[in-house]
Amino acid sequence: MDQLFHALADATRRDILRRCGRGELSVSRLAEAYPMSFAAVQKHVAVLERAGLVSKERRGREQLVRTDPDAVSRARAALDELEATWRGRVDRMARLLALDSGQETDNPTRGPAR
Amino acid sequence: MSVTSIDKDFENLTLTLIADFDAPVERVWQLWADPRQLERWWGPPAYPATVEEHDLTPGGSVTYFMTSPEGERYRGWWRISAVNPPKSLEFVDGFADQDGTPSDMPTTTAHMQLFTHDGGTRMELRSVFDSREQMEQLADMGMTEGLRLAVGQMDALLTD
Repeated sequence: MDQLFHALADATRRDILRRCGRGELSVSRLAEAYPMSFAAVQKHVAVLERAGLVSKERRGREQLVRTDPDAVSRARAALDELEATWRGRVDRMARLLALDSGQETDNPTRGPAR
Repeated sequence: MSVTSIDKDFENLTLTLIADFDAPVERVWQLWADPRQLERWWGPPAYPATVEEHDLTPGGSVTYFMTSPEGERYRGWWRISAVNPPKSLEFVDGFADQDGTPSDMPTTTAHMQLFTHDGGTRMELRSVFDSREQMEQLADMGMTEGLRLAVGQMDALLTD
């Protein structure tokens, strides 16, 4: 994926997920909400669809977008889990580094923390 | 707190964490490169890690087990894809069965970089779930039970 597009678009796509989580919305209704073209909004919706976070359904002339709350909460839960794991590791790393300067003399029998 | 920022990308299932440490880059690198030091931070205190193999070269492996309070062993492994001491390390991070065979638990790819920053070290860690299917299996296995949220909670879910 184009990284720049991704970086600029993050807030818009989160907003699309939120709006379409309250009930399905057509792409044209969404396009009215953002200062961008119908095509640009369609591109954001396509990214979300590829990621499995929304589904799209054609009804007459409209394309209706709906957020898949289960997919969003699964992704959220998995990333929360990963975050908790790494926060714990970073805290332990910081504590080990603090031992270098502080507590070497507290445990003379063990020698310096290395 | 050492953690300076966290970003979670739902579309690419990526966690990006930035942490600042009050130590030189070489010293922080040792936390990764010395297996005895790695053991002291990789697992939670109740599940201390024992590192067996530790070969930080491209294609090399790290293997370890974590011991539960009841004495059960949980095995894990890294496959090193890139390494540039003392600055960066990239590896696939997975779990294994009791005999060391990689299990079907989800793998993540971690990309870790160290920079000199403000007289200390900035660590940037990016961790990506390698497949959405695996990640969803994990979620469905109940590890995340209680976290499933109704549509009405979508706002809280997406705003922080």
